[in-house]
Amino acid sequence: MTGAAVVVRGLHKHYGETRAVDGLDLQVESGEVFAVLGPNGAGKTTTVEILEGHRHRDSGEVSVLGVDPARADRNWRSRIGIVLQDAGDQAELTVSEVIRHFAEYYPTPRDADEVIDAVGLTEKAGTRTRQLSGGQRRRLDVALGIVGRPELLFLDEPTTGFDPEARRAFWELIRGLRKDGTTILLTTHYLDEAENLADRVAVIRDGRVLALDTPKNLGGRAASEATVRWIEDGTHRELATSAPTRVVSELTARLAGPSGEVSGLEVIRPSLEDVYLTLIGEPLPVAATKEDLS
Amino acid sequence: MTELSEKTVAAATVALPSTLRLGVARTRVELKQFFRSKDSMIFTFLFPVIMLMIFATVFSRQGDVGPGIPGGPISFGQYFLPGMVATGVMLTSFQSLAIQIPVERDDGALKRLRGTPMPSASYFLGKVGQVLVASVVQLALLFVVARVLFAIPLPTAPGAWLTFLWVFLLGTACGSVLGVAFSSIPSSGRSASAVVVPVVLVLQFISGVYFMYSDLPTWLQRVAEVFPLKWMAQGMRSVFFPDAFKAIEVRDSWEHPMTAVVLAAWLVLGLVVGIRTFRWTRRGDN
Ligand SMILES: Nc1ncnc2c1ncn2[C@@H]1O[C@H](COP(=O)(O)OP(=O)(O)OP(=O)(O)O)[C@@H](O)[C@H]1O
Ligand SMILES: [Mg+2]
Repeated sequence: MTGAAVVVRGLHKHYGETRAVDGLDLQVESGEVFAVLGPNGAGKTTTVEILEGHRHRDSGEVSVLGVDPARADRNWRSRIGIVLQDAGDQAELTVSEVIRHFAEYYPTPRDADEVIDAVGLTEKAGTRTRQLSGGQRRRLDVALGIVGRPELLFLDEPTTGFDPEARRAFWELIRGLRKDGTTILLTTHYLDEAENLADRVAVIRDGRVLALDTPKNLGGRAASEATVRWIEDGTHRELATSAPTRVVSELTARLAGPSGEVSGLEVIRPSLEDVYLTLIGEPLPVAATKEDLS
Repeated sequence: MTELSEKTVAAATVALPSTLRLGVARTRVELKQFFRSKDSMIFTFLFPVIMLMIFATVFSRQGDVGPGIPGGPISFGQYFLPGMVATGVMLTSFQSLAIQIPVERDDGALKRLRGTPMPSASYFLGKVGQVLVASVVQLALLFVVARVLFAIPLPTAPGAWLTFLWVFLLGTACGSVLGVAFSSIPSSGRSASAVVVPVVLVLQFISGVYFMYSDLPTWLQRVAEVFPLKWMAQGMRSVFFPDAFKAIEVRDSWEHPMTAVVLAAWLVLGLVVGIRTFRWTRRGDN
């Protein structure tokens, strides 16, 4: 299937004085992984839950799989998968019971054991969900989001509480789903997650989209200047340039001794985090992606 | 984590599972959750049995009830049984739903269900299934304990059991829809039992479940007559007492038609209110 899975135009949602969503535009193409970034309170959950049909909007146009979620029916719900930001329900059922039960709701569910395995809960299949750890509980949420074989999957901060290994495994799972044609819209506070998974990223703040691009190009990242640093005559030097390769070869010609090395050489490009923090208006910290050219 | 295998299926060609089938599936998981929760086991399911055992034991020495009435006297255990049957029906229907649903609303279970293709009707069918199965098992247990441990005679006339059937079904239906309607009152899952239990307790005390109804002051009897529990208890007395015991009722009659009218009226009221007020999400969460 091609075309847009999600189209949002001029979306508004106010809670009293709070403009949770304030004129938001978005388009998610079928088959892509789309990440929504933004500080706490930016309006990510509000937006996503409007798309899921859980919240009403004040104004704006919304189309999800060609349907207005405010008028969604069973058929539409069978085509989407939802992982909410917070849930602690079904405490008395075991992992396997919950997943098997939810699978029954869908016309063409995934195999329950495969899903349990896919989220790494095989060893916990017989455990009551109240006894799961925070990260395991979250994996169950992900399992329930994918068990119905959705065309479009919403994930609101899916990997909160995952250990690093589980996060990597989750990324693999998402890549697998993408390969099979699932459209994925996820929110996250982990920039490496967005960088690793997303085809496109939107940064939102105060209910509006500040920037929307591929992780590589976000905020003019690819075109922006790199910083070259080196040590010359015992002092640290640095130069901002849009042609770092040329600068490095000049430095090599000029400074490299018999060893062929330029001492302290670094080429620094802004990381996604730098770009993100600039966009949302935080001061730029020193951290950077290092490409050591020794 | 491994990769998921892909079956290519045209989703549109495969029908959604039927509402009834999912209602049965819901009943299964509802019952699992009900019987695995210690709270609902002790304070809802076993409560009437425990109370019957305590009362029938403690008051057995106080002598029998209604010595001058034809068919009497009856043991205190027998006197107490119909009240416990009515209480059991009310706890398993009204109390358990009025507490369970706010908890499910608060912990996100309802919101999660709302995001799936499960129809709302299946959810309510599951609740009805839970209430029916749990109360049938509960009453069966109560009858066995009454008969075996306390030698309380159970009715043998088919007419009495027919009365039992309609009072039970109407009472369960009424309690269930009122439980759903009441579930919107507690402001959170945590406060649900604090709100519901006192209501249930007061109703029990004024409806002739623990005390002889005719001993209550008249104004309190009038108050209790507004609510369904009094009528359920009276209907159950007509099942488990010899017919002549209608003499101890305030109007010298079992008042079956009135019982049916009051229970049906509450059933309709509960349906109307329940349909209008039921929410899948917490207040202010949409
Ligand atoms: N149900 C609600 N009632 C009142 N205000 C709300 C409600 N939901 C959200 N808000 C407000 O709307 C704004 C956006 O909230 P939202 O939950 O969408 O943020 P978010 O981007 O998901 O944040 P986080 O990263 O912390 O999850 C916040 O200021 C929040 O206080
Ligand atoms: Mg959020």
